[in-house]
Amino acid sequence: MEKEQHTHIVKYKTYVFVLIALLLMTFTSVAITSLNLGPYTVSAALLLAGSKSLLVLLIFMHLKFDKKFYSIMVGGVFLLFASVIFITFLDYLYR
Amino acid sequence: MHMSDTVIQNHEPNYLEYQGRYKGIFAWIFSTDHKRIGLLYLYSMLVLFSAAAILGLLMKIELIAPGKTIMDAQTYNSFFTLHGITMIFLIVVPGLPAVFGNFFLPLMIGAKDVAFPKLNLLSWWIYIAGAAIVLSSQFFGDGPPDTGWTFYAPYSFRTGTNMLPAVTGAFILGFSSIATGINFIVTMHRMRAPGMTWMKMPLFPWALYGTSWIQVLATPIVGITLLMIVLERTLQIGFFDPALGGDPILYQHLFWIYSHPAVYIMILPAMGVISEIIPTFARKTIFGYKAIVVSTLAIAFVGYFVWGHHMFTSGMSGTALYTFSILTFLVAIPSAIKIFNWVATLHKASIDIQTPFLWALCFLFVFMIGGLSGMVLGALSANVHLHDTAFVVAHFHFIVFGGTGYAFFGALHYWYPKMFGRMYDKGWANIGLAVFFTGFNTLYLPMFYLGMIGMPRRYYDYVEEFHGPNIVSSFGAMLMISGLVIIITNLVRSARKGEIAEADPWKGKTLEWTVASPPPLENFAEIPVVTKRPYDYE
Ligand code: HEM
Ligand SMILES: [Cu+2]
Repeated sequence: MEKEQHTHIVKYKTYVFVLIALLLMTFTSVAITSLNLGPYTVSAALLLAGSKSLLVLLIFMHLKFDKKFYSIMVGGVFLLFASVIFITFLDYLYR
Repeated sequence: MHMSDTVIQNHEPNYLEYQGRYKGIFAWIFSTDHKRIGLLYLYSMLVLFSAAAILGLLMKIELIAPGKTIMDAQTYNSFFTLHGITMIFLIVVPGLPAVFGNFFLPLMIGAKDVAFPKLNLLSWWIYIAGAAIVLSSQFFGDGPPDTGWTFYAPYSFRTGTNMLPAVTGAFILGFSSIATGINFIVTMHRMRAPGMTWMKMPLFPWALYGTSWIQVLATPIVGITLLMIVLERTLQIGFFDPALGGDPILYQHLFWIYSHPAVYIMILPAMGVISEIIPTFARKTIFGYKAIVVSTLAIAFVGYFVWGHHMFTSGMSGTALYTFSILTFLVAIPSAIKIFNWVATLHKASIDIQTPFLWALCFLFVFMIGGLSGMVLGALSANVHLHDTAFVVAHFHFIVFGGTGYAFFGALHYWYPKMFGRMYDKGWANIGLAVFFTGFNTLYLPMFYLGMIGMPRRYYDYVEEFHGPNIVSSFGAMLMISGLVIIITNLVRSARKGEIAEADPWKGKTLEWTVASPPPLENFAEIPVVTKRPYDYE
């Protein structure tokens, strides 16, 4: 229905770069398990997984080129998710 | 204005007569018409509801006297499990959106159907598949599940009963819920009639909007959790079982992170229904339209953060305990706002007292009792005493059955003439309601008292001290079921034999009343242009 349906074409090169970045991060998260980071192992794994999802969302799923509104919606959902995790940890950290 | 419109549309086949590609029952189970899909859900749910209600009655007969009355302990355990799973996952969670949301959302916002009609039909099929798998747990394997609808760890891994089908079925039902949620969100964003801005959208669609977001965002969590149970049971991965290195309280967190928002999936659409019925019969604009919209969204939002009030005695940290208690008290505020708005709408109104309105009034009464008893349970000190007693059972029956159930029957009596083109017998409808309402209170009020004097829930037996109130309560159950029989018989009979209904028998002002009864296949010959607010009675 909406008129301003401009299609954004992402360069082939960009996709390849993203693919390489994703692969690199996958290998890193495997490699990191052999280092002994203690309690930070989980945070490192989550950080890498988070960056990967962000890349996929922004580039592959075109969030970066879409209307701002969608980014706000997705951002809101992540904020909700983060708050739920935060509250759960009010139990685990103080038990 | 309405009458003339309908006359013009009358020569079009209505959705009940319409002959499409398929014949007989296939014209229904393969129909992508949102109205037929709504009725498919209605009929499926009426069957399931009747079965689960009979289980409830049998449990109450067991409890009419201490000791074994009509069933042994294990049968009782499997009865409350199947009763709970059916009522929660198969009826009240999908209930109002799937039946009345499907049927009326497009009609109320001036659309010809939902955004994705095929996905909508798929949702019903997934629902039926999930229901079949859940119910299959009763008939083969190692006996019916006995964990209760909450599947608490570690018992859900240790019990020898047939857990996997129950859990897998509930997992599958989640997809139906998510698909319906996405469908409704897109429908409301993209398909409102020209001129219907967000602030001109009726309140039932608004309630569905809040509900849909919860369905989409909370259901995946229970999905994963149920899957974790399956993995733990089949592959011995230690998520929740301490014997395998897991944490049983983590299960409770994950389960209630979904299941508390799920109680708002149940109640928000019910509030939406009440917000439709009250202005129609009060012949007045709803008081505080914006406050109702905002409180709907606030309930949907804050409802995500209070799950811990189901876990006050689980051994959570003190910090978590009081955080959850405070948040729980906060969530009562938006619910109270709605009550004030409904009552204020009635103030100085010239009320037309009809069956749907009586259902709405009864809703207000029982919902208040349910909500206030929730506050009692939300207080930490009281909760330690009352947790897992009959008091909790009374609380959630007052609020789930008294809220969602009453709204469901209210909606059925309100929209019945639109759905079937006929009117039920109003006299019998009122008698049915009176018997049902009396039975309901006789059944559940004594359970508050029983809980306070210490009767635990989920036992088939009790000590002699609890006998008196239990007799009253069991008698109430029989009365209530008699009321239900009257109500349902009247509705079923009238679908064929009732008087022909007009297009707008209640003088409602929302768009569904501007089309013929029953509505034509495509709802609107011409998409209406909306210029006024939804409840414009001035
Ligand atoms: C005024 C708002 C409400 C408050 C403060 C409240 C509070 C509570 C609390 C504290 C419990 C846990 C009791 C315990 O197990 O010790 C509880 C249980 C429950 N509530 Fe509510 N509640 C509210 C509204 C609702 C609504 C709107 C619904 C559903 C439509 C609902 C459904 C339930 C159910 C199903 C349970 C029992 C779950 C189980 O253990 O089987 N409540 N409520
Ligand atoms: Cu809750």
